[in-house]
Amino acid sequence: MNNGDPKESILTIENLRTYFYTRGAVVKAVDGISLDIGTSEIFGLVGESGSGKSVTALSIMRLVGSPGVIEDGKITFKGTDLLELSENEMRQVRGDKISMIFQDPATYLNPIMKLGRQIAEPLTLHRGLTRSEAAKRVLELMDLVGIPDPERRINDYPHQLSGGMRQRVLIATALACQPDILIADEPTTALDVTIQAQILDLLRELQRSLGSSVVLITHDLGVIAEMCDRVAVMYAGSVMEVAEADALLTNPKHPYTAALLESLPRLGEERDRLHVIPGSVPSAVTPPSGCRFHPRCSKTEDGCEQEIPSLIQLSDGRQVACHRCA
Amino acid sequence: MMGQLRKILAQMAEGFQNFASRRIALLGLCLILVVVVVGVFAPILAPYDPTKLVSTPLLAPSREHLLGTDQLGRDVFSRVVYGARVSLIVGISAQLLSAVIGVPAGLIAGYYGGRVDDVVMRIVDVFMSFPYILLALMIASVLGPGLQNVILALGITGWTTMCRIARVQALSLREGTFVESSRCIGASDLRILAHHILPNSMAPILVVLTLGMATAITGEASLSFLGMGIKPPQPSWGGILAESRGYLFQSTTLPLFPGVAIMVAVLGFNLVGDGLRDALDPRLRRRAL
Repeated sequence: MNNGDPKESILTIENLRTYFYTRGAVVKAVDGISLDIGTSEIFGLVGESGSGKSVTALSIMRLVGSPGVIEDGKITFKGTDLLELSENEMRQVRGDKISMIFQDPATYLNPIMKLGRQIAEPLTLHRGLTRSEAAKRVLELMDLVGIPDPERRINDYPHQLSGGMRQRVLIATALACQPDILIADEPTTALDVTIQAQILDLLRELQRSLGSSVVLITHDLGVIAEMCDRVAVMYAGSVMEVAEADALLTNPKHPYTAALLESLPRLGEERDRLHVIPGSVPSAVTPPSGCRFHPRCSKTEDGCEQEIPSLIQLSDGRQVACHRCA
Repeated sequence: MMGQLRKILAQMAEGFQNFASRRIALLGLCLILVVVVVGVFAPILAPYDPTKLVSTPLLAPSREHLLGTDQLGRDVFSRVVYGARVSLIVGISAQLLSAVIGVPAGLIAGYYGGRVDDVVMRIVDVFMSFPYILLALMIASVLGPGLQNVILALGITGWTTMCRIARVQALSLREGTFVESSRCIGASDLRILAHHILPNSMAPILVVLTLGMATAITGEASLSFLGMGIKPPQPSWGGILAESRGYLFQSTTLPLFPGVAIMVAVLGFNLVGDGLRDALDPRLRRRAL
């Protein structure tokens, strides 16, 4: 699945299927996706709500709660299939080798635990440091993520911090053990725009200095443009296109990507109505036959309804799941 | 743990403003303090040995015997004073025992849900199908009288309330995003329960704990009254009440004083418990944030 890039891959997802067995129906949240995350790259995962991006992230972390089940697939991380590990072994991976941060920093911190202790938690868990040994490292981390006055802040409680600061604390916690991969699930969606910019800058800075890979999940194409090396576009539980960010945004091959970009309002453009993709996201219980996007695609051909297009590698290194591009 | 307790005490100090402004809760605190002081300083406060016969039986209150003497000639004041010790020890110990049994059971039931929850809840149902005193009496009659056995009996009877409170907390907190965050960094369930769920449940648990002490004191009094409690001649408020039954016509004051003592202690704990509940009310807490 290597797209010819000299970077080696650190995480390879093969044919992942995660289904939710709800009363009444099986929701196919992720239905056969394959991805390659390279070392030290910022990999964007973009898609609408319900496309399966968050479930993919949770599947990597094996934190998919019941009634979700990882049905099928292989997630190879540094030579090991994560889906084959025992829960104990997986717990060693979480927080140490692969970390995750979430959307809403307000609720992701224990309200009655001091910040220093929360940041130190992965250190205590994975490195066996005592509270005092960890304290030094915690101060370093707080400095690293740009929390001012760390000596004082270390004893503060979450409610004493603003949203941006809380997200920084979460980032510090996630990076405490210098993980190989940081999964960021919409890390800036709940923050205002100026803070958003700061947090993204921080992430980029940290990625550069630590050499970790970042999987950046977002629905914001602007963030993709700003941050990512490569991007995967997801729709209705499948990957539609994978390409380098610049190439994807300037020259999208998949009709869905093209339609998404078309829907973005542009400065200076005069329009009465925003361009919308007709129809709506399909049910994950009964997805359309063949290509998931075909009912809404303006460029369908024969065969789009019959066959699910597989992700094919193009000459320029990108991958597209579209019959027209084969 | 200390960190959490400190935080809760800090919150309570904040909530103490609320608490203190509720005079009635302060009154409760004073009542408890009176009982505690009396119990702690019993040897100093009691003029006579509570188990020795020191005078003519059934004397009315006088200067030598502030509350008179009982049917055997023992000083009632001294007996009531020493009785405070028993009530406090039983009240606090029995509740702590209930907490030690009930809180982990409730947390585990709430956190894991499913069959574990079902099993624990059915056991709770069995216990709760018996009236409190009846159950305590049953256990006490198996164990026999005596201070330790009373604590055991009341502790085992009272675990269900603590269990339910802890369970409710665990149920609501386990979906909490900071719990998810903890799982994300690789924390085990045990760690999450101990470091995240339990500390965040302390407020309601403390309230129930305090109110439960009142129940335990009444429970002890009832058990002693029924003869399955503290062994005579050790003084106990319920025991004195029981003994006074046969002598109501000779001494109207004899049952009065232990009864008042029980009332004071129970009222105190109830008022403090109510005050705590109001002071730690999440709505008020959130306002302070």
